[in-house]
Amino acid sequence: MSPDLAFLVEVVVGGLLSGVMYALVAIGFVLIYKTSGVLNFAQGAMVLFAALTFVSLVERGLPFPAALAATLAVMVVVGLTIERTVLRPLVNQPPITLFMATLGVAYVIEGAAQLAWGTQVHALDLGIDDTPFDVAGVLVSRFDLFAAALAGLMVAGLTLFFRFTRTGLAFRAVADDPLAALNAGLRLPRIWSAVWIASGLVALVAGLLWGARLGVQFSLSLVVLKALPVLVLGGFDSIAGAIVAGLIVGAAEKLAEVYLGPFIGGGIEGWIAYVAALAFLLVKPSGLFGLRSVERV
Amino acid sequence: MATALPLDLARPRRTGAAGILLLLALAYGLVPLLGTGYLFEAILTPFLALALAGLGLNLLTGYAGLLSLGSAAFMAVGAYAAFNLSLRLPGLPLPATILLAGLVAAAVGAVAGLPALRLRGFYLAVSTLAVQFFVAWALNRIGWLSNDSPSGIVAAPRLEVAGLSFDDARGRYLFSLTVVAVLTFLAWRLVRSPTGRNLVAIRDHETAARIVGVKVARTKLLAFALSSFIVGIAGVLWAFAYLRTVEPAGFNLDRSFQILFIVIIGGLGTLRGAFLGAGFIVVLPLVLSRLGAAALGDGFDSGTLEMVQRIVLGALIVAVLIREPAGLAALLDRALNHALRRVRPRS
Repeated sequence: MSPDLAFLVEVVVGGLLSGVMYALVAIGFVLIYKTSGVLNFAQGAMVLFAALTFVSLVERGLPFPAALAATLAVMVVVGLTIERTVLRPLVNQPPITLFMATLGVAYVIEGAAQLAWGTQVHALDLGIDDTPFDVAGVLVSRFDLFAAALAGLMVAGLTLFFRFTRTGLAFRAVADDPLAALNAGLRLPRIWSAVWIASGLVALVAGLLWGARLGVQFSLSLVVLKALPVLVLGGFDSIAGAIVAGLIVGAAEKLAEVYLGPFIGGGIEGWIAYVAALAFLLVKPSGLFGLRSVERV
Repeated sequence: MATALPLDLARPRRTGAAGILLLLALAYGLVPLLGTGYLFEAILTPFLALALAGLGLNLLTGYAGLLSLGSAAFMAVGAYAAFNLSLRLPGLPLPATILLAGLVAAAVGAVAGLPALRLRGFYLAVSTLAVQFFVAWALNRIGWLSNDSPSGIVAAPRLEVAGLSFDDARGRYLFSLTVVAVLTFLAWRLVRSPTGRNLVAIRDHETAARIVGVKVARTKLLAFALSSFIVGIAGVLWAFAYLRTVEPAGFNLDRSFQILFIVIIGGLGTLRGAFLGAGFIVVLPLVLSRLGAAALGDGFDSGTLEMVQRIVLGALIVAVLIREPAGLAALLDRALNHALRRVRPRS
């Protein structure tokens, strides 16, 4: 391989792997959006909260598995509480109202997380070394591969769950048509609770990986801004879309940074993903895999 | 998409007008006489700028139902446009500068609104985020916009109209007040005009609006332009009258959310909501810091205050959306009606 080509491949691979990290956050959004039509802006705050709780427990001397279990329990409680106290009273409100409510929730969680655990930056070590290794002349980070594998596992698990379990079937029914699902005897509140718990767990996984990468600090809750273009591109209601779009956004961002950055100035990764996603949307307004909506009067 | 927002018609017209005249008389007559420098600088001037920004966003989000998360970007466009105009066209009188800055913001707003022709709901909200990040990046990167100042921070010009100086605290308050009063009057005329009705029609049911003949695409772009015009001028006030410097950092995503919160707490789809919400947002940190200091003493530092403020604000948003979706404006109306009924019992 020529050095130029090897560099290009390295950039793309690095981009794809960071795209997996975006997709991890995006999946949390999709779970909730699919089943309750809420764009949960608090997902980023939940990622922060999970990582901060975990790292603070570890720092207070809890062993790794115990801290993980405790954080899991906390995230379940957080998910349930949000569903009970915020979303349930707002059932049947327009989607924009629900979105703004989750914006409020995000503020509460961010404030509470930092009030409880402090604002300093914590290092989070998951015990995976971040040494790059050589695959046919291309340097790949071991940590990124681990993250990708974990994300793959999670997506596979979610897909199997949605396809083959009764609860998964119920999720799909609710996503398809809440009223019909209600008519068929599904208990909507129970399903919504389950979904919020699931998104709490996804937030935990994303929080640990992102926290290990960036350090656990307030900016972790801003990963939500990285996930939004991914969601827009993949469609808000498709898990496969989130993964594919995550990869596209990750690769496009890195490529633009390396090859476009020198011409129009650095720091473009803040918005280039948005512009790329929007340009795509103008052609196909429901995203890569999103469901087409039909308007009725 | 059906909303439960009021059309803002069912109000006793005469009491409303009398109330507004009374408020204006107070704001122009009594407040400048009694107010202190602190009141003008730390409370009233930022309140007026934020209220104006809320008013502009409310046209877009409250009336036309188009959610924007990029208000701070339009404020920044207005502020930097006004700075550049006053720098490069020194002879231009200040009102003309402000008007032109508003028009620049309106033009940017109309461009930013283009995705609204294809996208709706969350997809559109995300597209306004793109504007937010792009504008912040452009202001940092393109040196010409900040006159090649290395930090991007530049001093605002003096506030002078026709030889009259508005440079002291009271003057800047009166200047802001006048701008806000004029624009509020225009916005009030607008929402009562056929155009204003079209905005509400699109919010309440876009397809139905199209069927009855509302030109949806044009009206949406108009909503973006009008809203950005007002928000841009709010940005001028924020930079010129309140901070007296123009800097990109003050126009970040948090500011955009703050303005959205003003609109939600104050009341979507009402003009007075922006003022109630802005008053609330400005006073809340002051009240919290007093309460916290009284309760905890020295343990209540500014970091804790910020966190508590975040929690209270977030919780209030949720509470308002659940308990009173029409915001403080509806609360105030009910209280006023109650009080009036007590004064003038129906026979």
